[in-house]
Amino acid sequence: MYNKGYVITGLVIFVLFVTFPVWFNGLDAGPLPKPEPPPGGEKQCVAPAAEMRDSHMQLLNEWRDDVLRNSNRVMITVDGKEYRKGLQIACMQCHSNKEKFCDTCHDYAAVSPTCWDCHIAPAELAKKEAQ
Amino acid sequence: MIEKTLKGKPAYWIWLAILGALIAIGWACYFRQYAFGLGLTGMSRDVSWGLYISQFTFLVGVAAGGLMLVLPYYIHNYKAFARITILGEFLAISALVMCLMFIMADLGQPLRGLNVIFFPTPHSMLFWDMCVLWGYLLLNVLCGWVILTAERKQVPPPKWIYIFVAISIPFAVSIHTVTAMLYCGLPGRHFWLSAIIAPRFLASAFAAGPSLILIACLVMRKYADFDAGKEAISKLTTIIMYAVIINTFFFLLEFFVGYYSEVPGHIHSLQYLFFGLEHNGEVYNNLVPFMWVATLFNFTGLGILAYMKIFKVFDYRLVGTAAVLIFLALWTDKGLGFVFAGFVPNPLEEVTEYIPTLNELGITIGVWATGFFLLTLLYKIAIGVEHEVEQ
Amino acid sequence: MMDNKRRKFLKMAGATVLAGISAPAIVKLSSTDAVASGGGQEAAAGGHSQSAAGASSARIRLGMVVDMRVFYQDQALLDVAIEACVKAHNIPEIPDRKSEIKWIWKTGYENAFPEHSHNHRSQILEHNQFAVLCNHCDNPSCVKACPTKATFVVEKNGIVAMDFHRCIGCRFCMAACPFGARSFNWQDPRPFIKRYNPDFPTRMRGVVEKCNFCGERLALGLEPACVEACKGTGALVFGDLNDADSEIRKVLDEEFTIQRKPSAGTIPSVFYIV
Repeated sequence: MYNKGYVITGLVIFVLFVTFPVWFNGLDAGPLPKPEPPPGGEKQCVAPAAEMRDSHMQLLNEWRDDVLRNSNRVMITVDGKEYRKGLQIACMQCHSNKEKFCDTCHDYAAVSPTCWDCHIAPAELAKKEAQ
Repeated sequence: MIEKTLKGKPAYWIWLAILGALIAIGWACYFRQYAFGLGLTGMSRDVSWGLYISQFTFLVGVAAGGLMLVLPYYIHNYKAFARITILGEFLAISALVMCLMFIMADLGQPLRGLNVIFFPTPHSMLFWDMCVLWGYLLLNVLCGWVILTAERKQVPPPKWIYIFVAISIPFAVSIHTVTAMLYCGLPGRHFWLSAIIAPRFLASAFAAGPSLILIACLVMRKYADFDAGKEAISKLTTIIMYAVIINTFFFLLEFFVGYYSEVPGHIHSLQYLFFGLEHNGEVYNNLVPFMWVATLFNFTGLGILAYMKIFKVFDYRLVGTAAVLIFLALWTDKGLGFVFAGFVPNPLEEVTEYIPTLNELGITIGVWATGFFLLTLLYKIAIGVEHEVEQ
Repeated sequence: MMDNKRRKFLKMAGATVLAGISAPAIVKLSSTDAVASGGGQEAAAGGHSQSAAGASSARIRLGMVVDMRVFYQDQALLDVAIEACVKAHNIPEIPDRKSEIKWIWKTGYENAFPEHSHNHRSQILEHNQFAVLCNHCDNPSCVKACPTKATFVVEKNGIVAMDFHRCIGCRFCMAACPFGARSFNWQDPRPFIKRYNPDFPTRMRGVVEKCNFCGERLALGLEPACVEACKGTGALVFGDLNDADSEIRKVLDEEFTIQRKPSAGTIPSVFYIV
C-alpha cells in the first residue's frame, strides 16, 4: 500500500468524525421519551398503543389518501366511539397536548414531520383565540 | 480530461472568481427565498410565472440551438464544424443544467420535486418536458464525452456513439417543442394559444444557440488561442441570419392575425408588449421599452449579417456585434416578453404588471453564473484537448 | 321531509354511505397488516366502496347555480357567503393584492364574463358584483396540466379537488385555469388568518389552493358553506347535475342560464342566472 501512514490516519479521522454524535454523547442515547397520555383521560385509541407507536404514520397516510383521493370519509367506530379520519379532527381531539405527546418522541428521534404546517395543533388554536 | 480545468492563465481564474462570487450571491438569495417562500419574488396571483420560468424557456432554446452544429457536421458531414461541434454539445449541457436549476428555483415545494416521478402523469406536458430535458442532457453528456475522449486519443469515435448522436437530433427538436406545448395547450391564454409557438420557439432557438456559440468562439479566439476558422464562423452567421428571418416572419404573422382579425384576445398581449395596454384609464407598458430595443437590435443585427453577405465582407467585429445584438433581442423576446405578456390580461381581464425583485434577480443571476461557470470549464476541457492534439 | 331527503343526498354526494342504512360492511382501519390485524378495533361503519354505496349507479356530478337576481336585491348577501367560506376553510386575508387567496369572491360582470361583454349592457349588470369561484369543470384544464395529480377529479362526485400534501407548487394549474380560480401561497398563510376553524387545516406556503365545493362538509351531510350562508334565499342552488329530479336540474330546466367562458371547452359546472 502506498502512503500507508496517510491513508490509515485519514481513515481513523474519518471514522471518528462520522461517529462524532455517538462518542460525544458518551455512548448514551439519553433518557427515553415519556409521552403524556391524553389530558382528557381517554384510554381508548383507534388501535392498541403498541401498533399506534409503530405505524401511526402509515395509518395517517392511508387516512389522508382515503379522505382526499378516494373521497372515503366514512367514520371509524371503535368500541362504540366514532372517529373521523384525520390528524386534526381525530388524533388531536384526545391528544391535545402535542408538545408533551407528539413532540417528545419526534424530538428524541430527530424527525420533524411537516403535519403541523397545515394541521392546526391545539396550542396554535388557543393562541389565535387569545389574539 | 478534467485536469485541463486546473491550469489556466490569470484571466481564466479571475473570470471563474467573478462567476463564483455571483453564484454565492445566488445561493444567499435562494436561502432567503427558501425560508420565506416565493413571496420574495415579484410574481403574483395574476402573473404566476416570472423570470425563472421565462429564463428556463429561453435556455431550453439555447440548448436546442446546438443542433445547428450537430446536424451539419454529423449528418451532412460538413467538415468546417469539426472543431466547434463539441462546443454546441457542451453549450447544451450547461443550458440544460441552468434550465433544471430555474425549475427548482420556481417550485413552491422544491423538496417534493420527485413527486413528478413518483406520480407520473402522462397527460401533463410538464412530465414530458422533464423526460425530454433529462434525456437530452444525458445524451449530450454521453456523446460529448465519448467523442472528445476519442479525439484526445486520436482514434475515430466508436461506431455505437453515432446511434446516440442520431437520437439526439430529434431530441433537440423535442425539448423545445414540448416546452412550447407547456404554453400553447392552455385554454384561455390567447397569446400562447397559437400553433406557431413551437415553430417560432425553434426558429429563435436556432438563432440564439449559435449566436452564443459564435460569441464564445470570438472570446476564445482572443483569449484562449482557439480559432474556430473563418469558414465555420461565416457559416454560423448564415445559419443565424436565416433563423432570425424565419423567427421575425413568424412573429409578424402573430401581429397580422391579431391586428387584422381584431379579435381582442389576440391583440391584448401584443398591445401590452409593444404599445401599452390601456385598462380602466391606466396604461400598462413596463415591457414596451424592452420590446422596442429588442426590435431595434433584431433588425440591426440582421442588417449587419445581410450587409456582410451581400457585399462579401468579413469582419470579426461585425460578426461579434451582430451576434450580441441578436442574442439580446431573442432573450428579450422569449426570456422576458413571451412569458410575462401571456399573463396580461389575466383570465378576468384585469391587469397586473410584473416587476422582479432584487432577491429574484440575485437568484436568476446566480443560475446564469452557474451555467457560465460550467460552460467555461467544459470549453476549457474541449480546447485543452484540441491544443493537446495539435501539438 | 324535503330536508331529510336533501341531507341524504348530501351525504351521498360527500361519498359517505347512503345514510348508513345499507348492509354493514367491515371497514378495515388500515390496509397495513400491523395496524389492521389488531383485531377487535375494526368496526362496522357502513359501505366502504362505490359498490356498497352502489344504490346510485350513475356518477354524481355536483354543480351550482348562482341566481344573481337574488344578489341584485341583496348585495350584502354575497359578502355573507364569502365570509362563510373564509371562515370554513381558514382562508388568509392578505391585504396585498399580489398574494391574495380567493376561493369564492366577487367581481364585475365584464371580468366574470368577458365573452359575454358588450356595449350598452343593462344598468343592473354594470352596477352589481358577481360571485365567481372554481367551476369544477367536467373537463378541467388544471387537472390536465398538473404533473403530480395533486389536483384531480373526484370520481364519485365530480369535484375538482386538491391534495395539498402532494402539490409541488409549480403553478402550471394556475396558468391552465381559464377562470383565474386558483391561488398560490406565496408565504406562510397563518399570520393572515383571523380565526381558525378547528375542523379544517390551513395550508402551508408553496402550494396552490382553490374552492373544494366543501367536500369535507358534504361528508357530514352539510351543504357547502356559501350555500348554507344563503339558505332560504335560493341565491345559490347546489346539487347533482346528473339527477333529473334534483332541485338544481329543475332550476336549470326552467331558467335561462349562462356560464363563464364556455368556449374554453372545459365544461364548467357552475351556472349563472343574470
